[in-house]
Amino acid sequence: MATVIPFLILFPLVMACLMFVIRNNRVRGVAAYLGSVIVMIGVGVLVVQWFLAGAKPVELFIETEVADHVILASEIVLMVVVTCLCFKYKKYWISLLSIVPTLLIAYLELFGPEMEPTYHIYLDHLSILMCLIVGIIGGLIVIYAVGYMHGYAHHHSEFQDRRYYFFMLLFGFLGAMFGFVTSSSLLWIDLFWEVTSIISFLLIGYTKSSEAITNSFRALWMNLLGGTALAIAIAYYAYEAGTVTLQQLVFEGSVGSNIALLPVVLIAFAALTKSAQLPFSTWLLGAMVAPTPSSALLHSATMVKAGIYVLFRLAPALSGRTSGLMVAFVGGFTFLAASIMAIAQTDAKKVLAMSTIANLGLMVACAGVGTAETIWAGIFLMIFHAISKSMLFQDVGATENTLHTRDLEAFHGLIYRLPFLAMVQFIGIAGMFLAPFGMLISKWAALRASVDERNILLVFFIIFGSAITSLYWTKWMAKLLEQSRAPKVKDITKLNEKISLGIHAVMMIGVCLLFPLLSSSYVDPLLREMFGNAEQVLPTATLVVLIVIILIVFAVPAVSMAFGENTRTNIKPNYMNGINDGTDYGFISSYGEVQHMHVSNYYFAHVIGQRKLMLPSQILSTVVIIGMICVILGGVL
Amino acid sequence: MKFDTARLIWIIGYLVLAPFIGGLLEGFDRKISARMQRRVGPPILQPFYDVQKLFNKQTIAVRKTQFSFLIAYMVLMIFTGAMFFGGVDLLMCFFVLSTAATFLIFAASVTNSPYSAIGAQREMIQMMTYEPAVLMTAVGFYLIRGTFDVDRIARAGSSAIVVLPGFFFAFVFILTIKMRKSPFDEAGSHHPHQELVKGITTEMGAKNLAVYTITEWYENVFLLGVVGLFIVNRNPLSYIGAIVVILLVYFLEILIDNASARVRWQTMLKMTWGVTLLTAGVNLMMLMLIYR
Amino acid sequence: MGKVKRSPWLLHYDGSSCNGCDIEVLATLTPVYDAERLGVENTGDPMQADILLITGGINEQNAPVVKQLYDQMPRPKVVVAVGICACTGGIFKDCYNIRGGVDTTIPVDIYVPGCAARPQSIIDGIIKARDLFQKRSDEHDEYEKTHHGGAGEEKING
Repeated sequence: MATVIPFLILFPLVMACLMFVIRNNRVRGVAAYLGSVIVMIGVGVLVVQWFLAGAKPVELFIETEVADHVILASEIVLMVVVTCLCFKYKKYWISLLSIVPTLLIAYLELFGPEMEPTYHIYLDHLSILMCLIVGIIGGLIVIYAVGYMHGYAHHHSEFQDRRYYFFMLLFGFLGAMFGFVTSSSLLWIDLFWEVTSIISFLLIGYTKSSEAITNSFRALWMNLLGGTALAIAIAYYAYEAGTVTLQQLVFEGSVGSNIALLPVVLIAFAALTKSAQLPFSTWLLGAMVAPTPSSALLHSATMVKAGIYVLFRLAPALSGRTSGLMVAFVGGFTFLAASIMAIAQTDAKKVLAMSTIANLGLMVACAGVGTAETIWAGIFLMIFHAISKSMLFQDVGATENTLHTRDLEAFHGLIYRLPFLAMVQFIGIAGMFLAPFGMLISKWAALRASVDERNILLVFFIIFGSAITSLYWTKWMAKLLEQSRAPKVKDITKLNEKISLGIHAVMMIGVCLLFPLLSSSYVDPLLREMFGNAEQVLPTATLVVLIVIILIVFAVPAVSMAFGENTRTNIKPNYMNGINDGTDYGFISSYGEVQHMHVSNYYFAHVIGQRKLMLPSQILSTVVIIGMICVILGGVL
Repeated sequence: MKFDTARLIWIIGYLVLAPFIGGLLEGFDRKISARMQRRVGPPILQPFYDVQKLFNKQTIAVRKTQFSFLIAYMVLMIFTGAMFFGGVDLLMCFFVLSTAATFLIFAASVTNSPYSAIGAQREMIQMMTYEPAVLMTAVGFYLIRGTFDVDRIARAGSSAIVVLPGFFFAFVFILTIKMRKSPFDEAGSHHPHQELVKGITTEMGAKNLAVYTITEWYENVFLLGVVGLFIVNRNPLSYIGAIVVILLVYFLEILIDNASARVRWQTMLKMTWGVTLLTAGVNLMMLMLIYR
Repeated sequence: MGKVKRSPWLLHYDGSSCNGCDIEVLATLTPVYDAERLGVENTGDPMQADILLITGGINEQNAPVVKQLYDQMPRPKVVVAVGICACTGGIFKDCYNIRGGVDTTIPVDIYVPGCAARPQSIIDGIIKARDLFQKRSDEHDEYEKTHHGGAGEEKING
């Protein structure tokens, strides 16, 4: 393991350099395939090694003199890069958010108190799970990206083709993410945190259009604000406790030590910015201008999960405290508000973004409550969400390449026009809210846990939020199914995109079927690690019922479809008051002309659109966050 | 999972009897409605005649796939009821219920028909409207009984309605939506009314409509079963009480149906969520203070 | 092979009538005449209807509409022409745009004359129609039995 982890962090970085160097698209494509396969194998080796070693928490790298210096140097390089870019685009004040924390950390490392030697890498069930998500989904997205970016470069000839740069960033991100989820030293975590923020910023600005630049700087300052909070937390904790280990911090937080209170709140705040919770949700929406692979990888499947990961780590320290209440409120409120705003979106990617924010909110709320039950729910939310959102983003991207639009209304009857892509969308959406699939089970557990915790606000948020969630997903699914006479379009989705999508779909269904096994053999030990003890969250009877429902949902339409083929049915035109033009798509107007009819969905953009609701929700959540932090500060000082 | 014969009898009873009970209830509904309007009204068995006729008609459809979705809707709905009467997890029942409703929406959407499409859109809004109250009901039972298992909820010492009056009110309120009764029958209405022609069922003729009608009966029996769950306890006599309450609630729905005009869906949404928060929400708040 | 006549569902179509017959048709459904005691429902949806009840004559504009509605109804089905205009064209017969009665466009089974047709006679027409509906249904079942796979495909011509 001591070799695999540095490999997982450094190999993608080497790949990143390689991507930058190779300017031949074909060669780079092959190299990217190889690289992502090697990353996946690396993760596989890590997992196997770790399981063979007994699947117990592993502490590594106590002596890291050289690495520490490298890390410090990289921080300073990053600071310089960000400052240069900020000055180039005349956003001077944003550079402060990079300079201040970096100098703080540098000061701490060079002149700060002597830390006791301790481990820097920590591997347990949670970090292995994150590694799996990052490795497998990240690898697949890179494979997808090779095909996608080919189409993207062709359709968006107005933008400069900088694919070498794009793939460099993707691989660099993978390396940083591995570093992030395996590190235990807060100083290391800080570096990787900054790296992911900045790569996200660079990817959003990929097209260099004015919209992209505005959005990328918005993402940058929000993420750097979180980074600043993180740096302050680290410095404070280092001076007070003489150590910078995340595990130590969580332990002290969970026993109620006063020293840990402030750092925990600040880190939780940083996590909220990373996970795009209100009031910081706008950066994730703006991030949708980036090419789809980066939306899939950074802005839904992995990077935003970094915040969730940190909150899960902190959960024992949050549970039952004011900080936990704050996190739970912000998360729950974000779940509700983002779900409402998702209804009004007509852009498929925006719907996905809103729903990502909403689901992250639910996970944040789970972490904020911080009991074994909610973490169980949160972990499953994370797994299912990572798979299905990555799949949906990739699918919408591929659909956009084919249809040249991602307007939901253009998806009318997609199942007849682009059967493969529509089917994958269908599975992905079903995974997000329908009964047998995982997200719903997680909601079940989250709801139960919030009743157990007597957190009435969270109960309301979950109940109303999930009612609203079903509206926009059902709407979307119905749109796919509606009959259309638009001509079948040629599916220009590349084979590699299809491979990635196919594997995602299989994983989705596989995880649903293996769900009980996953729960008992992986998540329960994870909870035991975190809380010392954990009982089975889901009763067996419910599991049996779930399996039966899965069978029904898959079997019934199939069987009746087969049965229906044999019954002789008289096909009638649909009802339009008898003035149907003979097809199902038009009618004859009073002038005797054929009028085309388009059946549209409801959106209510003028009532519950982002423009109407975003600002009030941001204000409310800001007030709550500031208020809660004041209360906590009052307790500490 | 412990499996005893009592549960099996309940499940089989539901599977076999629910369509008859549901059909009879609808027959009484039409008769009582007629009497409220000073009419003679159709025979009590009229709903069965209707379904029998529908099965005897030529098989027609706008899309063949509609039938598949309707069958999925029916099977899931029956499964929901069977889960409920089998005594399993109440919250899970409600989740499966909404999955079933989703299949109904698909069945309406595949036709590309303006009426059934708007019906489907409104049905989605109705789902969003009643879902909170439905989930809230499950939460209420969980809070006082410590379990979602219908079986254990039904074997409690006292009737749940004593501590859950607000939840009961909210559930009865949304029953109007679920049973497609005026004033909340936006997505599709029953016999004497015509909203959006036939709303969500516009493109369902012959067998498809028969399947839909039978599913509705299963659904109504399940929903009334939930109403009964508020009453039943360990005492066998409470089951009689439950039946009385169910009949009273059903009568109330008929009365509301006949005494009110359809409202716009915006009004429905505001009213229902308001009522849910004010009754179930306040009730929940008080319970959370009591059951710490 | 069931008793289908207990459940005759109506589709009421208003051709170029003066609305007198339409008021009477609706009157048959009101408490005074209460056609629902015969199992009648006014569906408004051809997919669910058994009896097409037409008032008023047929003109050039509504002829394709009537045809289409008729075609959308599943078999067995019965057509009732209510009022003299629907039967023959009535007072509008010689108008430039009037084709005549309903039977100029689709086959009519029951004629209910009157101007306007009285509710009693409309109910009488419905009762005749439902007997015919039963008869056709039996024939339809017989046909389904002898011709495996049901009745042939029906092409729309609306």
